[in-house]
Amino acid sequence: MIFEVFRQERRGQPFAHAGSVDAPDLEFAEAWAREQYGRRQESEALWVVPREAVREVHDFPDELNKTYHRVDGYSLKAKLKEARERAGTAAP
Amino acid sequence: MSERAQRLLELADDELILGWRDSEWTGIAPTLEEDVAFSSIAQNEIGHARALYELAARDLGTTADALAFDRSPEEYRSAPLVELRRLDWARTIARHWLYETADELRLEELKRSDDAEVAGLAAKMDREEVYHRMHAQMWADRLRGDERFEAAVDELWPYALGVLAPEQRAALAERVGREEVDAVERGEHSDELRELWNEMTMVRRSIPGATW
Repeated sequence: MIFEVFRQERRGQPFAHAGSVDAPDLEFAEAWAREQYGRRQESEALWVVPREAVREVHDFPDELNKTYHRVDGYSLKAKLKEARERAGTAAP
Repeated sequence: MSERAQRLLELADDELILGWRDSEWTGIAPTLEEDVAFSSIAQNEIGHARALYELAARDLGTTADALAFDRSPEEYRSAPLVELRRLDWARTIARHWLYETADELRLEELKRSDDAEVAGLAAKMDREEVYHRMHAQMWADRLRGDERFEAAVDELWPYALGVLAPEQRAALAERVGREEVDAVERGEHSDELRELWNEMTMVRRSIPGATW
């Protein structure tokens, strides 16, 4: 059984995926994850999660090109230039 | 030699020799994950040995390395349990589980010691040993009832008793759920220890006095 291991490097930081361990149950997974992802003092805490418990989500269609949902879909550059000209200040 | 130094050397030698024995599984443990975990535990044991040798070395006016590598095999005070070589996995886990159970009793006593240095070091070691015990217990639980594992525990039980002082053995028998029998005592060493000693001290003996 595969368990995914997430690692928190310092208290308060978000957990990030570190890797996985192949273990017969959660108890073995914990012991093995502890040695593989914690023995060098590189972790504050671990999350050990059965892979099946993770729902993987794919495919985020944007067929109608709704660019305004995206940060890059709304360019400020032209608008900023216009505003600066109006105010009489040049770009820095 | 003071009683304290003798006691520290017993402990240090147990941890050093067991660390070496466990490290013999590096690369050939039953699964890759266990290989990494067991090698890491072996390194921890050697780390404990180092701390214990450093304490003993101060009392004896020498260095940790000299204690670990410059004594003759006869001078080691390790228990026969940790010296046994080339055990199969069932016997390795039986030894690991018996040793950690015995070591827990030994550390509990040392943590209560009036000697603040010894009590402090025992407490530090115990913080790590908790996870060795967890690892040993989970394997023992998994293998319990297995014919090879049960035979291995039978075979190693008299050796396990020999890790502890006579007055601590009844408590070990209770924890393990077995009758106390005649222990295989410290003192005599097998050829297996001499073979290990040869290997373990080879580099250091090749250039005496070298600094690395």
